[in-house]
Amino acid sequence: MKFGFSFRRSPRKLITEAAQSYTFQRRAFIVGGLQVGMGALLIGRMAWISVAENEKYQLLSESNRVNLTLIPPRRGWLIDRNGKPLANNRTDFRVDLIPQRVKEPEATIATLAKLLLLEPDEVARIREDLNKAAGFQPVPVAENITYDQFAAISVRLPDLPGVAPSQGFSRHYPAGATVGHLLGYVGTASAKDYEKNPDPLLIVPGFKLGKDGLEKSFDRQLTGKPGAKRVEVTARGKIVRELTTRPDTPGNSVRLTIDAGLQEYAGRRLATQSGSVVVLDCSNGDVLAMASMPSYDPNSFSDGISHLEWEMLSQDDHVPLRNKTLQGLYPPGSTVKPMVALALLEAGISPSDTIGCGGAMRVGNGLFHCHKRRGHGSVNMRTAIAQSCDIYFYQMAQRIGMNRIASMARRVGMGQKFDIPFPSQSYGTVPDPAWKLRKYGEEWQVYDTVNATIGQGYMLINPLQMAVMAARLATGRQLIPNFIHGARRPDPASVGASEEHLVIIRDAMNAVVNGGGTGGAARSSIPGIQVAGKTGTAQVRRITMSERAGGVRGSSSLAFKLRDHALFQGFVPFDNPRYAVACIIEHGGHMIRNEDAPMIASDTLSFLFDPTKAMEKLTTLEEGWGGTPAVRMEKQMAAFKLAKAIEAGAVPPLAENAAQATNAAEPAPAPPAEEDDAPPPPTPGNTAGAP
Amino acid sequence: MSIIPPPLSDFPWRVLALLAAIALFGTLVLYSAAGGSITPWAINQCVRFCVFAAMALTLSRVRVELFAALAFPAYAAVLIALVVVELIGGVAGGSQRWINLGFMQLQPSEFMKPVIVVTVARFYALLPVGDIRRWNAIWPALLLIGVPAALVLVQPDLGTATMIVAGGVTVMFLAGLPLRLFIGSGLAVAALVPIAFSSLHDYQKKRVLIFLDPESDPLGAGYHISQSKIAIGSGGLTGKGFLRGTQSHLDYLPEGHTDFVFATMAEEWGLLGGCLMIGGFVLLFRWGMRVAERAPDKFLRLVAAGLTTTIFFYVAINLMMVMGMAPVVGIPLPFMSYGGSSMLTVMLCVGIIMAIDRTAKRSAGSRNWG
Repeated sequence: MKFGFSFRRSPRKLITEAAQSYTFQRRAFIVGGLQVGMGALLIGRMAWISVAENEKYQLLSESNRVNLTLIPPRRGWLIDRNGKPLANNRTDFRVDLIPQRVKEPEATIATLAKLLLLEPDEVARIREDLNKAAGFQPVPVAENITYDQFAAISVRLPDLPGVAPSQGFSRHYPAGATVGHLLGYVGTASAKDYEKNPDPLLIVPGFKLGKDGLEKSFDRQLTGKPGAKRVEVTARGKIVRELTTRPDTPGNSVRLTIDAGLQEYAGRRLATQSGSVVVLDCSNGDVLAMASMPSYDPNSFSDGISHLEWEMLSQDDHVPLRNKTLQGLYPPGSTVKPMVALALLEAGISPSDTIGCGGAMRVGNGLFHCHKRRGHGSVNMRTAIAQSCDIYFYQMAQRIGMNRIASMARRVGMGQKFDIPFPSQSYGTVPDPAWKLRKYGEEWQVYDTVNATIGQGYMLINPLQMAVMAARLATGRQLIPNFIHGARRPDPASVGASEEHLVIIRDAMNAVVNGGGTGGAARSSIPGIQVAGKTGTAQVRRITMSERAGGVRGSSSLAFKLRDHALFQGFVPFDNPRYAVACIIEHGGHMIRNEDAPMIASDTLSFLFDPTKAMEKLTTLEEGWGGTPAVRMEKQMAAFKLAKAIEAGAVPPLAENAAQATNAAEPAPAPPAEEDDAPPPPTPGNTAGAP
Repeated sequence: MSIIPPPLSDFPWRVLALLAAIALFGTLVLYSAAGGSITPWAINQCVRFCVFAAMALTLSRVRVELFAALAFPAYAAVLIALVVVELIGGVAGGSQRWINLGFMQLQPSEFMKPVIVVTVARFYALLPVGDIRRWNAIWPALLLIGVPAALVLVQPDLGTATMIVAGGVTVMFLAGLPLRLFIGSGLAVAALVPIAFSSLHDYQKKRVLIFLDPESDPLGAGYHISQSKIAIGSGGLTGKGFLRGTQSHLDYLPEGHTDFVFATMAEEWGLLGGCLMIGGFVLLFRWGMRVAERAPDKFLRLVAAGLTTTIFFYVAINLMMVMGMAPVVGIPLPFMSYGGSSMLTVMLCVGIIMAIDRTAKRSAGSRNWG
């Protein structure tokens, strides 16, 4: 008993009522003092919090109250040389889910699926994303919804915690598929993008960055500064009111050298073929059009493409996912002949020297045919180019050797990698003896020279390079393709050919089209305008003896993938070139005259002189092809869906579907993959040049 | 004597005006807390104040001898009620603090706060003067305090238990027990804290721990204190203005109209409002202590001082909690926090002190002590 113990030890005091009253007085004073002291302490404490630490708590209070959301900046426009938009922005409505605020995920997703008519695979995707997502990183539910859907969700918001509908902008490409490969497309940032550049803007819903083409290359200029929306929110996340909102700063627009009308025309003029057209301005190398068709529609790519559409595109044998203008490599075929002729002139061969063409000649062990089996008889340089005589070039090339031809080939742009704003380009090969030794460890053979002079064998070119070649042959200047309007650049160097020689070449190329040559189909429909050019055929696979015996004489009897490529390069007007063009039709096989390279190239050029007339012709033609590319793509999609449905329903496929199923078995090419489009290994021997 | 007739001069104008001012201020804060609406809190609180003020005035007319006579019976009744609550709670499971009387819910532990003061005071009044330094002076008081405190603690209601002990011990201190007892037992309590802590409920432990470091879990259990400090801190010197507190209006501040009403007030009225309020309460305590000093006998002295201290504990514990100096224990702020029970209790205290005041004034001329 501690207390008791201390009691006994303490001396007994005399305790009286008065003494106790005095004790009370003292102690009451202490208690009262403590009360006042406590009051002072509390006021002191309060002053400390509210005055000394006021700033800190005010900040905390503000960060409680104000919810800052970034507004994705509107992307800068891509405009053509005349200021016409190639890519702009369209108002759209979208819905996202904020994972942390979603109360009943299943019920919420079900409601959204019903309101937005979401497909089951979309619902599965959302569910998966929601499970993976952490915290406040929004999960996109749907983009590009209609105003009615937007409104329907907005009014149900109180019952749908975590659902965030918003109004934003989506990328719009007025010309659709025809600008697909040129401009690329935009898309949401991937985890990899975010790793590379951990900018919070990247994960703002609705923000998209350039994924391919010019959209990707000019991404920095096109991306603006995000705005910020400040809203007052309650503790439960309900928005009370909007506070000051800092608007976004739209990205800068980029003015391209592209002519929007021409680009669209070129894309549409490629018809149902798998091909590409490039048009250059001969005065400065500006790229006026660079179309690769068929293509994906960048509008649907930018909105997030459906699985089915992707499947269809990747299975198409016309490879809509590859940018053929830069990633397609083709044997240039006879289109190199004017270039070879220029090399011949440079080496001192007289244009009037003649060669007798008997339809074939022996080189080493092989017999090399002319495309004209009966032979051209006696040909000089002009006739050789106009008629595309192979024997003339086989003979003449042997006189000057491969190195001089290769040197000229390089000067006209073959094998050259251009500094252009595209993520990837394949730039082909100009073979010469040193190259072959390096690459294969083999000596250069005469038949290699023979093959190279007619653009076969190791020689490869992409459509842009071919247009550059045409422009350089037309001007004698080493023009560089350029995409930015008004870009400053040094005067191009000379190709090294004299004006006299160039006139000879231009005259010969004019003869190809207007002098009874192989390119008559390219004759201009515009009075007073003469197109000059050179046709070409690139053999994909030579026709075997047995096939020939079986009656196969041309490409038309072969399967699509085995048909020859059709090529054309040229310029207009022939005597004072302003525009250069290149057109390559994959596996075209010169089968349909109005879908062949010469006429496509010529019509595209005619648009520059008389758009109305050119358009009239195109509209008439398109009726025969089943409508504009957009209409045709829609039909193709519908057919593909039907085929898929039949497949799924285990209905015995019809003959057509069987063909499609064969295609489906092929591995799907990914769009950016630099697939080599080279022909089968060069065949020393019976290679034939053609018109 | 002045020219004012005794019934009017007897009437406790000043203290009533003080209480009305505090209550009016509280009503304003509740009006704001409801988003600028007199419903549901402000109007109720106002009506309650009027009813309870009338009750207190009635109580002030009661003869003080009655309090002395009723002390032990009231203590016994409340104790029985506490046991009943505990039994019902045992049946219903979980924490039970009230008895449902059908028309209202009675929370007996609330009544124990004033009753313990009156009872312990009664005990010391009955104790022979010479026994104050004997063991006899201690153990009955400890028993009187310990039993209800223990019953309340197992409810569990740490805040009320603390207040019962504090009220009782204050009376013991004022009764004149040797000072060293308090110092000694204070040290003992300090030594016992770790043991007591380990016997607390998990949620109580959590509250204590979070009180020590509220920022450790700002979105979880430390949320109350963090948000309360933000509300007070962001108010600054003069506050954000009436009806313009964001912490309370946007629901960041939990319990903004009950336990954390002071934070709601401080956000809108700032340090200025806080000083006025604390000043008002200090005036109230001073009045109570003055009454105690003037009281004619030991019982009344102890009761007046004890009840004043009970009100003081309400205020002190609540404000310390709101400012992050004490754990969140659920003690409301008198006249400000929305709720009937606490106002009833405080008004009971005030009524009894007023009755003592009346008695003191009456006997001022005749007796002269101290």
